[in-house]
Amino acid sequence: MYKDYKFSNQIKVLSISLILIGLLGILYGFYSAPSTVEEAKEIVASMSHDSDHGGSVYGESDHGDSDHGGSGYGESDYGDSDHGYESSGHEYDHDKHVFNQLHNKPWAAIYVPALFFMMISLGVLAFYAIQRASQAGWSIVLYRIMEGITGYLFLGCVFVLIILGFSALKFNHLFIWMDPEVVAHDEIIRNKIGYLNIPFFFVRAIIYVAGWVIYREITRRLSLQQDENNDISVHKKLFKFSAGFLVFFLVSESMMSWDWIMSIDPHWFSTLFGWYVFAGMFVSGITTIALITIYLKSKNYLEFVNNSHIHDLAKFMFGVSIFWAYLWFSQFMLIWYSNIPEEVTYFITRIEDYNFLFFGMVVLNLIFPLIVLMNSDFKKTNFIVILTGIVIIIGHYIDVYNMIMPSAVGDMWSFGPAEIGGFMFFLGVFLYVVFRAISKAPILAKGDPFIEESKTFQYYNLD
Amino acid sequence: MSSKSLHVLFDDDDILLDAVKQIVKSKIHINEIYTPFPVHGLDKAMKLKPTNMSIATFIYGCIGFTVAIMMMNYIMIVDWPQNIGGKPSFTLIENIPSFVPIIFEMTVFFAAHLMVITFYLKSKLWPFKKAENPHPSTTDDKFLIDMEIGTNVANTKTMLKKLGAISIDVINKDEDEK
Repeated sequence: MYKDYKFSNQIKVLSISLILIGLLGILYGFYSAPSTVEEAKEIVASMSHDSDHGGSVYGESDHGDSDHGGSGYGESDYGDSDHGYESSGHEYDHDKHVFNQLHNKPWAAIYVPALFFMMISLGVLAFYAIQRASQAGWSIVLYRIMEGITGYLFLGCVFVLIILGFSALKFNHLFIWMDPEVVAHDEIIRNKIGYLNIPFFFVRAIIYVAGWVIYREITRRLSLQQDENNDISVHKKLFKFSAGFLVFFLVSESMMSWDWIMSIDPHWFSTLFGWYVFAGMFVSGITTIALITIYLKSKNYLEFVNNSHIHDLAKFMFGVSIFWAYLWFSQFMLIWYSNIPEEVTYFITRIEDYNFLFFGMVVLNLIFPLIVLMNSDFKKTNFIVILTGIVIIIGHYIDVYNMIMPSAVGDMWSFGPAEIGGFMFFLGVFLYVVFRAISKAPILAKGDPFIEESKTFQYYNLD
Repeated sequence: MSSKSLHVLFDDDDILLDAVKQIVKSKIHINEIYTPFPVHGLDKAMKLKPTNMSIATFIYGCIGFTVAIMMMNYIMIVDWPQNIGGKPSFTLIENIPSFVPIIFEMTVFFAAHLMVITFYLKSKLWPFKKAENPHPSTTDDKFLIDMEIGTNVANTKTMLKKLGAISIDVINKDEDEK
């Protein structure tokens, strides 16, 4: 029989130390965040950030205005004289705005990795459901890896929900529509209040999370049950649950992306945002499957996984990277071309203040995988898949960073202890939970009717 | 060189593939194989050189990419400067997002068409060419190996029968050409 994975001390030590170091970083981030407007002013003065971020052409007033949803782009149109920059209250208001951004910063710094790792898990769950629903033959040897990664889904969703809960309790100002004072002065948000209100927001969130986690638990149980008996009815049940889940997922994922990501910028909207977020989570999920598979193979587990399986995963990484770029560009190009003020602020903020990250991520997420993984021989080479995989993971972390940060902290962004610590903390939790979940079950889903096809899977063009 | 050759018919691609491997192993030269559809792995089994078509296609794509950029630059910037989306910058680099779809399409267009044309040229196919196909049923459901007779015709024939050939014809090439 095949050697089942034992939760190694190496991973345990690595993940726990990541968690501890990460916690220190996060705590430092919260400690150094200002708690009053005066403190924020001092921090800004000591940062002398104007020279750092070089944003003085468009100037403070311009993006300060576009970031702060409460005093959003078309401020003068929507008539909120308190917040308008020609009014006498502007100086004070600007300071308050900067205070909100700095106050948000540690929260955003943990929200980005919390979302990112939750979405890796969710992307893998979608990939798994697609394999089940299409009754794919090649990927069965990887089912237990995928089930391990989706083991993080529940905890990951809990982390995100906790942060959202703190937002609703006004510990931070990430979601400005949660602040009744802002809403009262903002006609655009007021018109959306039927959808964007705190109770409904959490009802929806709980529905999504419940749907995903229940599907994950059901399929995991059925999959383990299948190991014991070769009953075909289990296989049929798995198929039905997966097909049904995919319908639920496509709707709930899209709404999740509006709720948890797009509503940080409540004035802005993009109709393909759900797809765009999906493409990002899908490719990072597939990449994670590839990375963990190659890692376990290097530890002499998974002897039934051959280079054709790796080749297929790399093909998915290649293809979905291009799909992601297609959606990224479709969203960008239409908004750039039409140049409608309330839409284009989204990209102005990113290009003015996040230029390097915004375009750098396209290099990491499209150009690099496109060029490196184009060659068929490279796709079966573990070293190159790992290298590209790490680049893709970093790229998509920056992508999520770019979705959250510009709206949450404006031009006050940096990669400080809170950002790095947040990433390390969630990476540590992710690794711990995932490898523990993999060690909890037999390494091969041996009861699947197509298991032989998967074990002997051979792409004809590989030796 | 022997003027004789064998035309061996098969009716299944898996059997054909195994037979080809055996024939190659017994060092009998295969001239050509005619199949109704592309059989995966046949080129490997025949020990054919790997194709360079993918490299050629990559180069064609790069040509298309370059041509598209030069074309858009000439049409939209140099020859008749266009105000694109209310952003009258009149430079290539600032208007590049609106050209990306065209650049993409031209890259695909060049890669695809030049690849097909290269394939036709390499396969010696052109309009009104007479078919070289020796047996009409290879366009339907049969597979034909055109091979040398080997050192001993009788031995080769028994081997092929064992490998699952459904018919074996000895062809005299000189007669064939008359």
